[in-house]
Amino acid sequence: MAAGNKLRVDIGTVALLIVLGLFAVLGFLIVSGVINPYVHTILCYAGIVVISALGLNLIYGYTGQFSLGHAAFYGIGGYTAALVTRSIAAQGWWVLPLGLLAGALTAGAIALLIGLPILRLKSDYLGIATLGFGMIINVLFKNSDKLIKAMGGAAGMRGIERLTTFPWVFIFCLGAVIVLRNLVFSGVGRALISIREDELAAEAVGVNATSYKTLGFVIGCMFAGVAGGLYAHLYTYLNPDNFDFLKSIDVLLIVVIGGLGSISGTIIAGAGWAFLLEGLRVILPSAVQEWRMVVYPLVLIVIMLFRSNGIMGGSEFNFLKPQEYRRR
Amino acid sequence: MTYFLQQLINGLQLGFVYALIALGYTMVYGIVRLINFAHGDVFMVGAYLGFFALASWRLPLPVAIIIAMVGCAALGVFIERVAYKPLRRAPRISSLITAIGVSLFLEYFTSLKFVFGPYFRAYPRPFAIRTYNLNGVTVSNIQIIVFGVAILLMVALTLFVNRTKTGMAMRAVSFDRDAAALMGINVDNIISVTFGIGAALAGAGGVLYGIAYPQINPFMGIMPGLKAFVAAVLGGIGIIPGAMLGAVIMGIVEKLTEVYISSTLRDAAAFAILIFVLLVRPTGIMGKREQEKV
Repeated sequence: MAAGNKLRVDIGTVALLIVLGLFAVLGFLIVSGVINPYVHTILCYAGIVVISALGLNLIYGYTGQFSLGHAAFYGIGGYTAALVTRSIAAQGWWVLPLGLLAGALTAGAIALLIGLPILRLKSDYLGIATLGFGMIINVLFKNSDKLIKAMGGAAGMRGIERLTTFPWVFIFCLGAVIVLRNLVFSGVGRALISIREDELAAEAVGVNATSYKTLGFVIGCMFAGVAGGLYAHLYTYLNPDNFDFLKSIDVLLIVVIGGLGSISGTIIAGAGWAFLLEGLRVILPSAVQEWRMVVYPLVLIVIMLFRSNGIMGGSEFNFLKPQEYRRR
Repeated sequence: MTYFLQQLINGLQLGFVYALIALGYTMVYGIVRLINFAHGDVFMVGAYLGFFALASWRLPLPVAIIIAMVGCAALGVFIERVAYKPLRRAPRISSLITAIGVSLFLEYFTSLKFVFGPYFRAYPRPFAIRTYNLNGVTVSNIQIIVFGVAILLMVALTLFVNRTKTGMAMRAVSFDRDAAALMGINVDNIISVTFGIGAALAGAGGVLYGIAYPQINPFMGIMPGLKAFVAAVLGGIGIIPGAMLGAVIMGIVEKLTEVYISSTLRDAAAFAILIFVLLVRPTGIMGKREQEKV
C-alpha cells in the first residue's frame, strides 16, 4: 500500500471500520436503553428490507431479469425458518442461524425449480410469470394449514420466538453487502451484467446465459429467504398478506428508486423507505396518519420524474468499489 | 350439464368485465410498451362515478355508464400527460414505477374520508333483478346487460380501430412510432387518445362490475386489474381480440375452479394457466413470435 514514502490508507477498510464503529455505538444505545424497543424494531426492519432488496437488485438490477414475485421467496424463507426454529427444543445462539440457513436453502431450491423453466421468458413476460408464481405461492400460504397445521393458513402463523436482534440483522446485512459486492465485481458478476446488457451478444462471446441467469436468480432469492427468516423472528407472527403482490412491488420500488445495479442506492433507498414509512407511523399524529400513504406515492412519482435512473443512477460509493474501479 | 352451463354463463359474465379492463391494458401496452398499473384504479374510479350517478343523482343506467366513461377518459388522459409523458425517453422501468405511484395515490387518496371514504359501499341497482329460465339455465337481466354493453363496446372499439382514420393512426403508432411520426401522425395526441379510450372502457367495466357484484371500495381495482392484465398477456398483449379471448378464458376458468375445485384456489388456477401458456407460447395465445436480433 505504500506508494512513494507516504502510507496510503485503503478507503474500503476505513469504511468498514466506520460501519463497525456505528454498530458499536448503536449497540451501546440499544443496550443502555436510549433507543426504545420500537425504534430498535424499525432499525432491524430496515436491515431486513435492505437484505431482501439487495437480492432483487442482483436479479433485476445486475442480471436484468424482471421479477415481480420477490415477496414469495421472502415468505418461503420466513415460513421455513419459523418452522425449523419452533421444532428445535434446545436453546442457543445457533438456533436462529440454523433457521435462516434452512430458509435460504428452501428459497434457493424453489427458485432453482421455478427459475429453470420461467427464466427462458423475456422482460415483461418474465415479470408476469413471476407475478403469477407469487400469487400461487400466496394462495398456498393461505391454504397451508391443511397440510401443516402450525403454518396457520389464512389466520397466520403465531408463536414464533423473537430471536432477531440488532446484532444478527447487522451481521447478515453486512454479509449480504460484502457477498453481493464481491460477486458483482467478479468474473461471474461481469457475466451477469453482460446478460443484462444484451443476452444474445453475451452468449455469442461464450457466456452460458441460462446457467448464469439461474445462478443470479437463485442467489437473489436466497437473500430474500434470509430476510424473510429474520422478519419472522422479529415480528413473531406471519400472515400470508405480508407476502402478497404488493410486497413484491415494494421491493421493486426500493431497487428502482435506489438505482438499478447499485448496492449503495439500494442501501439508501431501503433504509430510507423503512424509516420513513414505518417511522412516520409513530411520529405523525393520528389525524394526518392517513395522508402518509397519499404523500408516499407522490414522492415516488416526483423522484422518478426528476431522477429517472434512481438516486444513485447505477453508480457506487467509492468505498464499495475494488481499487481498480475507483475514481481518484 | 345444466349446472355446468350455468357456471359457464356466470364465468362469461366475469370474463366480459375483465375484457373491458384488459382492452385498456393491451392498447396502452401495444402503443407505449407500458404496464399501466394504475388502470385497475381507473376502473375503481369508474365504479364510484357510476355509484354517485345512480345513488346520489338518481340517473338512469345508460347515463351513469356514459358519465363513468367520460370521467375516466379525462382521468386517463390526465394521468398520461402528468405521469407518463415526461418519461417517454427515460428507461421503461421509470414509467412503470410512476404507474405504481399513480395507482397507490388513487387508492389512498380516494380512501380519504372527504373523497370516497375507506369503507365498503353497497352498489345501487336501478331495477329489480329478473331471471329468465332457458331449459334449466337461468340468465338474469343483469347478465344480459353486462353481455350487451360489453359486446356493444367491443364491437365499437373494433370498428373504431379498424375503420377510422384515428384507429389507423393508432395501429401505425403501435407498429412503429418513429415511422408514424414521419408520416405526419401526431404521436402524442394518438397516445392520449389511446389512454382515453382504454380508461373509458375501464370506466364502463367499473359500473358493470358494480351492478353485477354489488359492493365497492377504493381497493376493489387491484385484483380485477391484475387479472385483466394477466388476461391481456394470456391472449397476447397488444392484440385487441387476444385481450377479449384471454379475459373470457380467465373468467370461465376462475368460475369453474371456484365451483368444482375450491373457492380458495380460484386465484391460483388462473395464474397457473397463465404460466403454463407462457411456457408453451411465450407471447400469448394470439401473439406473434418476434425474431431475436442482436
